[in-house]
Amino acid sequence: MKVTVTINGTAQTADIEPRKLLVDFIRTELGMTGTHIGCDTTSCGACTVLLDGTPIKSCTMFAASADGHEVQTVEGLKNGELHPLQVSFKQNHGLQCGFCTPGMMLVGKALLESNPSPTDDEVRWAISGNLCRCTGYTNIVKSIQAAGAAIEGN
Amino acid sequence: MTTTHDPITTFEVGGVGHSVLRKEDDRFVQGAGNYVDDIVLKGMLHMAILRSPVAHARILGIDASEAEAMEGVVAVVTGAMLEGYNLAWMPTLSGDTQAVLATDKVRYQGQEVAAVIATDPYIAKDALGAIFVDYEELEAITTPQQSLTTETLIRDEKEGQTDNVAYTWEAGDAAITDAAFAAAHRVVSLESHYPRSHPSPLETCGCVSDVNPITGQVTIYLTSQAPHAHRTLFALVAGLPEEKIRIISPDIGGGFGNKVPIYPGYVVATAASLVIGKPVKWVESRSENIISTGFGRDYHMTGSLALDENNRITGMRAAILSDQGAFFADAQPTKFKAGLFHICTGSYDFGAAHVTAKGAFTNKAPGGVAYRCSFRVTEASYLIERLADKAAHEIGMDPAEFRELNFIKKEQFPYHSPTGFVYDSGDYHGAMTLAKEMIDYDGWREKQRDQDPNGKLIGIGIASFTEVVGAGPSKDYDIVGLKMFDSAELRVHPTGKAILKLGVKSQGQGHETTFAQIVAEELGIAANDIKVIEGDTDNTPYGLGTYASRSTPVGGAATAMVARKLREKARKLAAHLLEASEDDLEWEVGKFSVKGSPESFVTIQDIAFAAYTNHPEGMEAGLEGVHYYDPPNMTYPFGTYIVVVEVDQDDGTWEVVDMVAVDDCGVRINPMIVDGQITGGLTEGFAKANMQWISFDDAGNCIGSNFMDYLVPTAWETPRFKLGETVTPSPHHPIGAKGVGESATVGSPAAYVNAVVDALWSRGVTNIDMPVLPHRVWGALNGVDVKP
Repeated sequence: MKVTVTINGTAQTADIEPRKLLVDFIRTELGMTGTHIGCDTTSCGACTVLLDGTPIKSCTMFAASADGHEVQTVEGLKNGELHPLQVSFKQNHGLQCGFCTPGMMLVGKALLESNPSPTDDEVRWAISGNLCRCTGYTNIVKSIQAAGAAIEGN
Repeated sequence: MTTTHDPITTFEVGGVGHSVLRKEDDRFVQGAGNYVDDIVLKGMLHMAILRSPVAHARILGIDASEAEAMEGVVAVVTGAMLEGYNLAWMPTLSGDTQAVLATDKVRYQGQEVAAVIATDPYIAKDALGAIFVDYEELEAITTPQQSLTTETLIRDEKEGQTDNVAYTWEAGDAAITDAAFAAAHRVVSLESHYPRSHPSPLETCGCVSDVNPITGQVTIYLTSQAPHAHRTLFALVAGLPEEKIRIISPDIGGGFGNKVPIYPGYVVATAASLVIGKPVKWVESRSENIISTGFGRDYHMTGSLALDENNRITGMRAAILSDQGAFFADAQPTKFKAGLFHICTGSYDFGAAHVTAKGAFTNKAPGGVAYRCSFRVTEASYLIERLADKAAHEIGMDPAEFRELNFIKKEQFPYHSPTGFVYDSGDYHGAMTLAKEMIDYDGWREKQRDQDPNGKLIGIGIASFTEVVGAGPSKDYDIVGLKMFDSAELRVHPTGKAILKLGVKSQGQGHETTFAQIVAEELGIAANDIKVIEGDTDNTPYGLGTYASRSTPVGGAATAMVARKLREKARKLAAHLLEASEDDLEWEVGKFSVKGSPESFVTIQDIAFAAYTNHPEGMEAGLEGVHYYDPPNMTYPFGTYIVVVEVDQDDGTWEVVDMVAVDDCGVRINPMIVDGQITGGLTEGFAKANMQWISFDDAGNCIGSNFMDYLVPTAWETPRFKLGETVTPSPHHPIGAKGVGESATVGSPAAYVNAVVDALWSRGVTNIDMPVLPHRVWGALNGVDVKP
């Protein structure tokens, strides 16, 4: 079947099987490999993308269900220069192996849009659907808060 | 008192002691990392593996005809087919053999039985359902105790194997220890199970195998923590010429020991690529990762301490019964069948210890990898730190005071342990003093004394661990015969920039930054001007890889040494440029100057340029070198962790209300990265104490085979940590560093458990095994024997 999904502002049309998962559509049809796969049970959040601005786990959505919607992936964060979240993750050592990072940044982006200066608990709750096995989360929380402050400061 | 290392370089140069921002992060924050599953090759096929649904069964037949007939299926591979290539079995890292695809029996749930190669990953998985395997079920052996008494032989294929014993091993001196116990004033004992856990890096294991049918070149993109060792093993297992094998370990999404072994999937994908002549990708699912790849721990431990009338420890006994799963596949040095468990005498000064270990085969997945740990050091540290706490409680002494009384004193280093280690340096009292101060230990004890006995119960837990990391001196340490040195190759280019190539392999630890900082320290070339390359066996010098906290102790030392070699050549070049004698030159970071005439100098960049444009007659051109470092000793990081918990008596839940971790890993190269390693490790330690557990039912079904059932902490459950440091350099490491990636995973589990038991001690609770789940706490509090 033919589906059209707007990814990072560009409409992408492909002829795919109805059962194709959105994450596979993004990774294999479009070759955008910044969205990762870490589990089979919607538990880890490595595949998180924004669907019409809301974080979703793209391993649990058919690409066909995203037909006509807007999807943002990590590749769409940079707009000429790095997004404040990308800068703050670097500056606050908010990543180690980098596998969870795209999902964490996208959840952070959605959070900061509704709550520009979240508390420690608010960040932790927001990212509680995303697992990180390396950092212990402290610096991820700091990174999201610092990005919020940077966005507010501008 | 020890102090932090003061940087000798400017922040711009970014040598040792600077929190240089990580060079690898630019690609990761833009989604431009390159992990194995991101690799796409022309004509690439996809592989999926059919796994056993049962724990123990004879295979009566496999019918793959329906699968083979499916559109898009290129081949179905079975063990019988692999036998034709002599590849149905492969050696493990512990000298056993393991089935690649089962031929005679399946020996654990999840074992590899057949593989489908197809044009599309969805089709490959579809076809698994069209393979029919006829199993005759056998008794499943699910505990090591059962394994040693049953008549069922798990390894009936193995010549000479008449029981289910995988290995036996001992260390220390039985007679001296018996004497210590005979003379003891008091004996304190503990029985404990350190449960099976799984490293579960967020990226699962996988490969893309690409065998070129014309040239015979074998290129394998592999989730590998040890690419060079894997190349040699592939050569030995498959009989392929080693010069034609190239292992590329690209960005790795976490390892924690899980990516040290060679797994059957890698071998099958490579064999399939060889036969079919096209690249084959295999990436396992999370469930496959948890049920079949290298687990950690699963040690049943009995330990005792002998104490004299002054509460001094005089001896220790420890006996281990380890659950090995169906194959003995621990990833550890050859001579050490129970890893480095004999570090179990810990931070304490006594002269008698005896340790015995026996491994039992069971119908569970094999592995026994050092899960964020230097070969069973975690289990050892847990046992001694639980015993120390129990001893203090039985005596009625403060657990911190008991430890301080028994610590090895800093003037006793180098310290010879009763099991044969020579601890390089330490200041255990210093770490304890700082930890107590940071958490206000006395204040918490006071609050505990004054608490409402009907409210939440305060517990304070301590762990003062000593690790042994950095394997290792080649006279003792090898993996399947490969000595555990490591290497660094450094090339300084004419414009004064450099490229550093290493035998180790980062999985998120930040090597591209840390190792550049070592060169910056030694040569004064800015860390940001040094590119670090790892993980490509065609383009890096041989090394044993990254695990067991060995990269900085061994690879980092090699880096410092090769930089020093280049500095000696730079001195000759500087003498030529300055028209001075080498003896008249002095080195200050980044330049040589003439003694007494500081205005007369050349920078390392000037020297590098001259090495290619103006080198003296008779001297080899260029400025590059390689160093293979064989460490003279292991390094011994240590620290004291103090945890305060509150236990809810009503429902058995507990939460960390305060925690301090004081670590001493010697000289800290990048303090930001070190703190990141410690925070991650404390979280993994908490996970094991609080929730992470791979369990099995009586039929050998793995309970906890995905992230819904195998719980790993989210940001919400993870405690907040306060970090402190002391710095006691390693006297034998070129820059005094000891390694830090695993300290917190090793040290912290005992601290959490000690805290919960401390809270409940007055209620008669003396032990709860990990994970300390609420129903276990509730059961212990109420004297109810609950199911684990």
